[in-house]
Amino acid sequence: MAKRDRLSGNEAVAYAMKQIDPDVMGAFPITPSTEIPQYFAQYVANGEVNTEYVTVESEHSSMSTCIGAEAAGARAVTATSSCGLALMWELLYVASSSRLPVTLACVNRALSGPININNDHSDSMGARDAGWIQIYAENNQEAYDNYLQAMPIGENPAVRLPVMVCQDGFITSHAVENIELCDDADVKNFVGTYEPEHYLLKHDNPLAVGPYGVSPYYMDAKMGQVEAMKNAKEVILAVGKKFGEMTGRSYGFFETYQLEDAESAVLLIGSSAGTARATVDKLRAQGKKVGMLKLRVFRPFPAEELAAALEHLKALAILDKAESFSNAGGPLGAEVRGALYDLDHHPKTINYVYGLGGRDFRVQDCETIFNALDEIIRTGNTGARYRHLGQRE
Amino acid sequence: MKKAANINEQSKWYELTPGCEIYEPGTARLTITGEWRTQTPTWEESRCKQCLLCVPYCPDSSIPVTDGKRLDFDFDHCKGCGICAKVCPFQAITFHKEEHTDG
Repeated sequence: MAKRDRLSGNEAVAYAMKQIDPDVMGAFPITPSTEIPQYFAQYVANGEVNTEYVTVESEHSSMSTCIGAEAAGARAVTATSSCGLALMWELLYVASSSRLPVTLACVNRALSGPININNDHSDSMGARDAGWIQIYAENNQEAYDNYLQAMPIGENPAVRLPVMVCQDGFITSHAVENIELCDDADVKNFVGTYEPEHYLLKHDNPLAVGPYGVSPYYMDAKMGQVEAMKNAKEVILAVGKKFGEMTGRSYGFFETYQLEDAESAVLLIGSSAGTARATVDKLRAQGKKVGMLKLRVFRPFPAEELAAALEHLKALAILDKAESFSNAGGPLGAEVRGALYDLDHHPKTINYVYGLGGRDFRVQDCETIFNALDEIIRTGNTGARYRHLGQRE
Repeated sequence: MKKAANINEQSKWYELTPGCEIYEPGTARLTITGEWRTQTPTWEESRCKQCLLCVPYCPDSSIPVTDGKRLDFDFDHCKGCGICAKVCPFQAITFHKEEHTDG
């Protein structure tokens, strides 16, 4: 029987880890993800898990630990945030190109500088091209649910890619919410055991991992990663569906709210979806046809599915919690616009960068966005496509 | 299981192994890395006293030894670093720029 409990986002992920009982954890603390290795260390100390808990001197080493452990045939996990993820950068690419399905709990936090410990998505968005699957949670329940789905997705033989399970620092990681937890036995059954075909500790099968890929091979190896990421789409949907059969909570690439008959909508990632949902409710009560799309899976990017879901809109605002200094918008804005480009009739789009370094996103902020969309629909004039929200003017 | 000998520079991308994994030991022998060489050692057998000092100094195991005696270089794998020529106490190894006639 599933049980209800009140847990923070970090506790929820640590609890999921306990239920999975991975072979190895590479642990190095950084705010706001510190609690994950902290809670997990208690499980290790209490003998509640059999995990080899490796305390390392940096995130570069925690990811290296996970890579070595996965290559050896173990299931390896880690958690980090912000500059910790940045320090892993080099190894993120080694994990994905070696096709080692490490699971990383990313508690999203701004990158320095100025130094800041609060939430935005600049850390994982910066790692978007590292070849990792990226799944984002809106709340504690989703952080828990997404974590349980990470290994069945990443370890699938047609995929074999590392997975980043992201949640918003402090907003989700430290806020305590009521959530529903699965039975230990159900989790064990759902996640299964890690049975790679080849691994370093397999006695009768000598193996070399991570060989030098000279120019006659590198491009071809990258094609293998591309194919794996394509395969991941189908696997993500299948795992999300199977998870729904177990829990009643199904998952796809994104969630829509009041979108079907909407004329304008906001598209965003993470905890801001709650604010957007409240705003949609408020404006719907006034008779306005507004909606929301919350993107759950950013890698692989569900371009065709997004285009189909957004095609009917008159105006769309894409909200980026990361600045990319391109002078043309944030990473989510660029990719969603790219996805819409091939449509014969696409909505007018504007791209907001918002919520950087923990800047609040309130219902009145979201209303400002819908007002701007109203204006675009009324006048037919898109105006500035690249905008910022929440800064003092 | 895919053999390294069956993967080469004509292999299609989908014929490579995931992550370029190699499922057998000792496959470096199959890869001709001697083509990186720009300078070449030459073994003067008449000057050689078979002291074998060059053998452990070679960073690439490119000096084959049979029955306690060194043979000529394995030019499929010698990178032309010149260490052997430096350490030879009898000037039995000369080191010179490689000459190419094929332009």
